[in-house]
Amino acid sequence: MEKKFGLPKTMKDVVTHYCPGCGHGVIHRIVAEVIDELNIREITIGIAPVGCAVLAYDYLNIDMAEAPHGRTPAVATGIKRVQPNKIVFTYQGDGDLAAIGTGEIVHTAARGENITTIFVNNAVYGMTGGQMAPTTLIKQKTQTTPFGRDPKSAGFPLRVPEMLKSIEGAVYLARETVISPKNIIRLKKYIKKAFVLQMEKAGFSLVEVLSPCPTNLRLSSIKSYDWVRENMLLYYPLGEIKDDS
Amino acid sequence: MKNKILISGNEALAEASIQAGCKAYFGYPITPQNEITAYMSRQMPEKNRVFIQAESELAAINMVLGASAAGVRTMTTSSSPGISLMQEAISYMAGDELPCVIANIARGGPGLGNIAGSQSDYFQSVKGGGHGDYNLIVIAPSTVQEMIDLTFTAFDVADKYRTPVIILADGYLGQMMEPTTIIEKKETLHVTKDWALTGAKNRTPNAIHSMYLGDGALEAHNEKLQRKFQKIKKEFCLVEEISTNDAEIILVAYGTVARICKSVLRKLRAKNIKAGLIRPITLWPFPEQAIKKAASKAKFLLTIEMSTGQMVEDVRLATEGKAPVYFYGRTGGGVPKEEEIISIIESKL
Ligand SMILES: Cc1ncc(C[n+]2csc(CCOP(=O)(O)OP(=O)(O)O)c2C)c(N)n1
Repeated sequence: MEKKFGLPKTMKDVVTHYCPGCGHGVIHRIVAEVIDELNIREITIGIAPVGCAVLAYDYLNIDMAEAPHGRTPAVATGIKRVQPNKIVFTYQGDGDLAAIGTGEIVHTAARGENITTIFVNNAVYGMTGGQMAPTTLIKQKTQTTPFGRDPKSAGFPLRVPEMLKSIEGAVYLARETVISPKNIIRLKKYIKKAFVLQMEKAGFSLVEVLSPCPTNLRLSSIKSYDWVRENMLLYYPLGEIKDDS
Repeated sequence: MKNKILISGNEALAEASIQAGCKAYFGYPITPQNEITAYMSRQMPEKNRVFIQAESELAAINMVLGASAAGVRTMTTSSSPGISLMQEAISYMAGDELPCVIANIARGGPGLGNIAGSQSDYFQSVKGGGHGDYNLIVIAPSTVQEMIDLTFTAFDVADKYRTPVIILADGYLGQMMEPTTIIEKKETLHVTKDWALTGAKNRTPNAIHSMYLGDGALEAHNEKLQRKFQKIKKEFCLVEEISTNDAEIILVAYGTVARICKSVLRKLRAKNIKAGLIRPITLWPFPEQAIKKAASKAKFLLTIEMSTGQMVEDVRLATEGKAPVYFYGRTGGGVPKEEEIISIIESKL
């Protein structure tokens, strides 16, 4: 019998620490499948963020580094510049990328650094217990916006690909989500395109993934998926936001 | 003067790092070290090596982290405020056991301070600077020639012990010009970096990380680091001693101040005052033994610094109370003068 489905070579055969319903596991798997399909596992180097995905090096069967919180693209830059023929990607949460690491992501894109960023937007700080993220929606309750995010004091949520769009060094920017198989198929297409562009030395690429965090949304897994659909999709439109390929 | 060149401390350090095989340099402008960044921006691309003017010192040191993780010799340089910004990543690199060279052409603080030379980053350099239990090798050149020689040393010991190394100079040393030997490629230590991130081809993947979550895992990792630090203490400590054999008065000074003290020493000896100088070249490991030994025979020690008194604490600890330790310091760009030092010594006799 032909084997149709199994563990990608790029994933280690281990149990992850992610909560039930969390999007990180699905996103890891998609990245791993893309790496397998492009046959680049042995030349790919990943950089894990500080955030729930900090242990990605325990799950992905590739060389990986851990970066200080938010400095992920700077670490990727150092690795890529000395090994320009390797495939280098960062995997970052919204706190890592769009709060503490805003400077690094903007300037990495500005340099047209030939790396790929997988940007996981779950609208909260997962690892530290559900505080407001730069992507937390208006009126969304978190540990540090107990009355709901009020733009008067806490500002407005950032749309990262839209923000990076004007940067010439950024060649491919897209947004998808993991809340349905249809979305996952499209997400995989985007991630694959981003890696392929890197292989073609096109420049900086980023794929944002809207991802449910049931634990910190205080919702069941299914309801957290509904929440992403009914709230996040309204503020964060899906699709290819920039494609200069 | 055949085979000599006239060069500034900053450019000497830059060229030496290139000759020592630095493959990637990342920096951010700050006075009084801008000559290094400028030099590297021209020379590194010419040699097909990596130069990036980063968007901040945070980014620069994390690019160093990445390049080091990828297995190459790499360096950043800055001055005091920029080095403060780098501390988190330096702590990561100590935990990651990643080699690199960081030169601090130090200036006056606290805060923005001024751009004159200063030795007020001693504590930050030798006591950790960032968070967690770790030490860095800290090397303090005193001449432009040493800006060259000790840069070679710094790259070697960084690789040998898998640790970040700080070259702690100051703005005066960075800016001054002196004749030095021609800076030529030297046979430097070559180590195999089988831990580096080069793509997991025909081997299990490598991971560079400083996080250890399992029960007791971080304690075990820290104990391993401590064993390494003890080994470095045993194997690598550099110190210059002048006229300490019969000395009753011991001057202790490093870097720029040690130059002044050498001249003080000659003048004191001319007055038949038996003085000697201990010049720590490595500030960590600190030359405790040399100081302890000298203290057991000395009337007193005088530590002189361009700070309000930082290294003096380590000198006191090293003497184990065997002799009094006095201190004289100038701060905020002030440089101790020979007459000032001599009159302090005469007042204590
Ligand atoms: C310098 C620093 N500041 C703060 C923290 C604490 N911290 C760890 S993870 C995190 C937020 C992570 O949130 P996000 O990037 O959205 O990722 P998620 O956990 O949601 O996947 C913070 C603030 C840290 N480790 N380092």
